[in-house]
Amino acid sequence: MGYKAKFRVWRGEGGEGALEDFVVEVNEGEVVLDVIHRLQATQAPDLAVRWNCKAGKCGSCSVEINGKPRLGCMTRMSTFTEYETITVTPMRTFPVIKDLVCDVSFNYQKAREIPSFTPPDNVKPGEYRMQQIDVERSQEFRKCIECFMCNNVCHVIRDHEENKPAFAGPRFLMRIAELDMHPYDVADRKDSAQEEHGLGYCNITKCCTEVCPEHIKITDNALIPMKERVVDRKYDPLVWLGSKIFKRPGSSNPSGSKAG
Amino acid sequence: MDIERHEYDVVVIGAGGAGLRAAIEARQQGKRTAIVCKSLFGKAHTVMAEGGAAAAMGNVNSDDNWMVHFRDTMRGGKFLNNPRMAELHAKESPDRVWELEAWGALFDRTKDGRISQRNFGGHEYPRLAHVGDRTGLELIRTLQQRVVALQQEDERLHGDAEAYIKVFAECTITTLLKQGPARDAGISGAFGYWRETGRLICFDAPAVVLATGGIGKSYVVTSNSWEYTGDGHALALLAGASLINMEFIQFHPTGMVWPPSVRGILVTESVRGDGGVLRNSEGKRFMFDYIPEVFKDKYATTEEEADRWYNDQANNRRPPELLPRDEVARAINSEVKAGRGSPHGGVFLDVSSRLPAAEIIKRLPSMHHQFKELADVDITAEPMEVGPTCHYIMGGVEVEADTGASSVPGLFAAGEVSGGMHGSNRLGGNSLSDLLVFGRRAGAGAAAYVDRLAARPVTPDDVMRAAEIEAVAPLSRAGGENPYEVHHELQRTMNELVGIIRKAEEVKEALEVVTKLKERAAATGAPGGRIYNPGWHLAIDLRNMLLVSDCVARAALIREESRGGHTRDDFPGMSAEWRRKLLVCALTADGEVSVEEKEQPPMRDDLFRLFDRAELSKYVTADELADYDALVKES
Amino acid sequence: MTQTTAGRPPSEPSQRKQRAQIKARTLRTDRWWLAPAITFAALSSFLVYGFWAIFDKSYFIEPYIAPFSSPCLATSCPEGARFLGLAPLGDWWTLPPGFLILGLPAGFRLTCYYYRKGYYRAFWLSPPACGVGEPHKKYTGETRLPLIIQNVHRYFFYGAILIAAVLTWDAVLALRDHEGNWGHVGLGTVILWINVVLIWAYTLSCHSCRHITAGRLNHFSKHPVRYKMWTFVSKLNSRHMLLAWLSMYSVMLADLYVRLVAKGIVNFPLA
Ligand SMILES: Cc1cc2nc3c(=O)[nH]c(=O)nc-3n(C[C@H](O)[C@H](O)[C@H](O)COP(=O)(O)OP(=O)(O)OC[C@H]3O[C@@H](n4cnc5c(N)ncnc54)[C@H](O)[C@@H]3O)c2cc1C
Ligand code: SF4
Ligand code: SF4
Ligand code: FES
Ligand code: FES
Repeated sequence: MGYKAKFRVWRGEGGEGALEDFVVEVNEGEVVLDVIHRLQATQAPDLAVRWNCKAGKCGSCSVEINGKPRLGCMTRMSTFTEYETITVTPMRTFPVIKDLVCDVSFNYQKAREIPSFTPPDNVKPGEYRMQQIDVERSQEFRKCIECFMCNNVCHVIRDHEENKPAFAGPRFLMRIAELDMHPYDVADRKDSAQEEHGLGYCNITKCCTEVCPEHIKITDNALIPMKERVVDRKYDPLVWLGSKIFKRPGSSNPSGSKAG
Repeated sequence: MDIERHEYDVVVIGAGGAGLRAAIEARQQGKRTAIVCKSLFGKAHTVMAEGGAAAAMGNVNSDDNWMVHFRDTMRGGKFLNNPRMAELHAKESPDRVWELEAWGALFDRTKDGRISQRNFGGHEYPRLAHVGDRTGLELIRTLQQRVVALQQEDERLHGDAEAYIKVFAECTITTLLKQGPARDAGISGAFGYWRETGRLICFDAPAVVLATGGIGKSYVVTSNSWEYTGDGHALALLAGASLINMEFIQFHPTGMVWPPSVRGILVTESVRGDGGVLRNSEGKRFMFDYIPEVFKDKYATTEEEADRWYNDQANNRRPPELLPRDEVARAINSEVKAGRGSPHGGVFLDVSSRLPAAEIIKRLPSMHHQFKELADVDITAEPMEVGPTCHYIMGGVEVEADTGASSVPGLFAAGEVSGGMHGSNRLGGNSLSDLLVFGRRAGAGAAAYVDRLAARPVTPDDVMRAAEIEAVAPLSRAGGENPYEVHHELQRTMNELVGIIRKAEEVKEALEVVTKLKERAAATGAPGGRIYNPGWHLAIDLRNMLLVSDCVARAALIREESRGGHTRDDFPGMSAEWRRKLLVCALTADGEVSVEEKEQPPMRDDLFRLFDRAELSKYVTADELADYDALVKES
Repeated sequence: MTQTTAGRPPSEPSQRKQRAQIKARTLRTDRWWLAPAITFAALSSFLVYGFWAIFDKSYFIEPYIAPFSSPCLATSCPEGARFLGLAPLGDWWTLPPGFLILGLPAGFRLTCYYYRKGYYRAFWLSPPACGVGEPHKKYTGETRLPLIIQNVHRYFFYGAILIAAVLTWDAVLALRDHEGNWGHVGLGTVILWINVVLIWAYTLSCHSCRHITAGRLNHFSKHPVRYKMWTFVSKLNSRHMLLAWLSMYSVMLADLYVRLVAKGIVNFPLA
């Protein structure tokens, strides 16, 4: 059943490095991460790769396989032919620490810039009442395992390092959408989505959606709806006029306060 | 070599559910808190939990309350649980779950807008708060986001987000520092290295909370990740604390068995809670043959009754597929041994014939995804192949129920690394709630301990130096033994000799192997530098895995009965005498594992009375039963 | 006792903050260029056709009017082609009717979230495909002029509803024969109807439409009717790309067909 596969793995530290060739055994049912582990155990004991659950649940093992962002633990070897050379490289958008391991602190920093869930003061734990249909949209976004592959593939920062300060990346723009759609969140997130977190940089080319291992429809269900919510607020003259006349900001919720 | 040093009030080791909840509590009590974890922030093992968190909120069935939950927990643990812990757990878990909701968690809902609850093995009523089958992810993400919220608050108040709570991710603790060598000397900090850079790091802190999770990586077939090398168990032992119940390991009945590279990955119990059934190669629902005496009146005896239960739980008994995990795991083991297994050595778990495809995808999305991606199996159309997998260790650091304090001053433990709460077997869903309840208590306990201290403890220089030498040793043995091979041998040994069914000779053999492996581990070396060097990391972890395996094997050899997560082929029965005894592991002065028997703390009268006599009589000794009768007469 | 903890000192390698130096623009081995190439060809062919159609004069033959030239609002249009018989623009408008009106559907499609994806990738190569480097030095996306104007899509959506209504009316009129008697169904009628159904499906599957129906709400449960509409639009919306292509080709073919009939090139009893 087993065969010898040709692998090219990027190896190096702190940015400097090169693709190194390996020939390694592959058995039935294995995934790319298994093969990387075999390399570790037999040929390159200090080959660095990040992983944890090996079940597609933690989002640690993000790498690029033949140029595409993938979870190493969920990419089956059977998706390749036996003659193909499989190239494994670290994520491009983030600084590399060693081999396949990147410094993903950019993402944690961005996470901290998004204001947290803000419930109204007068509901106590245990008193929350929400209908399933009202939480479903945000629940989809909470499936995110924070593999950061969407942020990695997004050309806004992948091809333009200089945009990093101004752009939260799809993962965290989606977090804004998640909170904005939360039935109990009272914070106002529309202006800041555009002004501070760079929603306008996204040109909806959908690469984030293409790579998401959780199959979250990031662009269709989070980014575009969020853009539309921003339009309500910022670019819709009717709403603007209405807000001037009725003193009620172009509310995303006609039933009054968001928590209503 | 210079060592990075930080000063904190409380250092929490582990960023899973227990660690994060402890850290949040310590910070909320105004303590400067560090969270140290081996993996990235938000990726701890807790993300893998699927089914849910057990809390008697009574949202789905209003008959549920803490007393029922308490009874279920004790029953599941075969009455070996620390009753005070089981009580606190049952009483406090609803509040802990509600609190998560106020921090942004979005659980699945009931029709009237409350948190929905699902059925799980061993729980009398639907009790598990859940989000599809990714509850652990929701839990950890919510706690992670709570930490971020606190950091944002600190940023506003102090201009520094990390002033009061800081995460040290991909940083491994190798040694707990103490003020001196005495067993009861207080904690003075923790020592470790950054995985990323190999740089050494030292935390000076009067209180440490261990929340490092379990030990599964000592076994080949396990649902656990690489983090589960028993670090916390070993750190506690080395610091002079004791471990209890180490012989009890939960083998989850349903792990994937094929393909080989994913062997052991969990198939959530919700598959069975939502209607999935187990069949052998003859197509028979074999669990009906394995209902043990103690559970006879609680489980259905015919398929018809079992099937009715899903829709009418008041008038039917539950299907035997939902027996506690140890029972189901042993049953599967027997079926396979009897030659009625599936082609790859498991049994069949089938939902495809029980629910419409769309319903399966809705209720079990990640299982559907997991089988599709990893095994090319469409669970809406064909059965899964499953078999037992090493899943959870009931044993752990012996702690005080109310505060999580161990016997070492300043050392606290919560979550899977602590022992007692689950007795000899944990009910599904009881871990996530355990993390929250006791995580919070340990955080509070540590904060209170710090408040009581008159002066900050100081780590003696020689203690520091010893920690440093030990940490870097494998790097200097570049030509040494390959740590991966030692690891594999340990895994095979434990799996085969101290696995789900144990025999005295086999366990003895395992102990011999472990002793030999200890020598080999001491000689392992890691070529390469310090930067993100997995060989080096494994060489360090080996010490912990071996120590823990030693404890497991020794305790397993001594306990001559079968109970929960400990099954002795040579002592198949459960013994009421043994129920009163706990096995306590500690280290002797020369570093050997010693095991001592200790009497189990008795149940408080009011708790004792919650059970009926018929049930108690299956577990307790005649003396205890007499006490019970006296109690009842009194009232 | 409270000393602020220092971050990691700068000497650490992780502070060297460098990406993996990989020269290749992409390491993808599949035919990633195929999709943008097809999009490029398809959109270009549409543009070429549209340009020709605008200037083509044979846009009307009873009972059909070519969609690209409808509604016809000037006296320069043949009598039967005028929308509801009106010619509000009078006779000062002498340019082809398409000029007057195509701005709306063109603007709708130009600012459509899907077409934006399509042409940003295929024409502007930003990015050409996922994980393939884009050629531009600078990128500001839709944060400033001119692309910030894309946010007006919603207004084009309102306009597109009008256009769809007009095309529906045209399709209704196509149920008459060339003498004005109802009950006629020619190949042209069928084509116009297929087209108008696809145009509606595309228009209603619009993201702005989805937002307007109920996407902007946070409590679906309090607005059951709007939630139903949203659910319906969401279903269509998940096929938005498909509908965009189908309706683009259907409108182009319908337009071409009417012109061929008008030119007498297609000329058979059932036309
Ligand atoms: C597949 C699976 C499914 C499960 N499903 C359920 C379920 O449905 N319901 C339920 O109640 N329970 C479930 N469990 C059990 C439950 O998930 C675990 O018991 C629980 O998550 C343990 O949490 P913890 O906080 O104790 O530790 P973990 O979440 O495991 O965290 C351990 C932390 O300690 C850190 N750490 C370890 N060693 C060191 C060290 N030396 N230095 C620094 N940091 C260290 C790790 O990095 C990690 O952050 C499941 C378990 C598995 C494996
Ligand atoms: S859709 Fe937007 S956020 Fe997603 S990858 Fe494309 S540009 Fe980035
Ligand atoms: S949204 Fe998807 S791709 Fe992005 S981090 Fe989350 S799981 Fe990964
Ligand atoms: S290792 Fe957890 S997602 Fe791959
Ligand atoms: S028409 Fe495509 S999004 Fe509106």
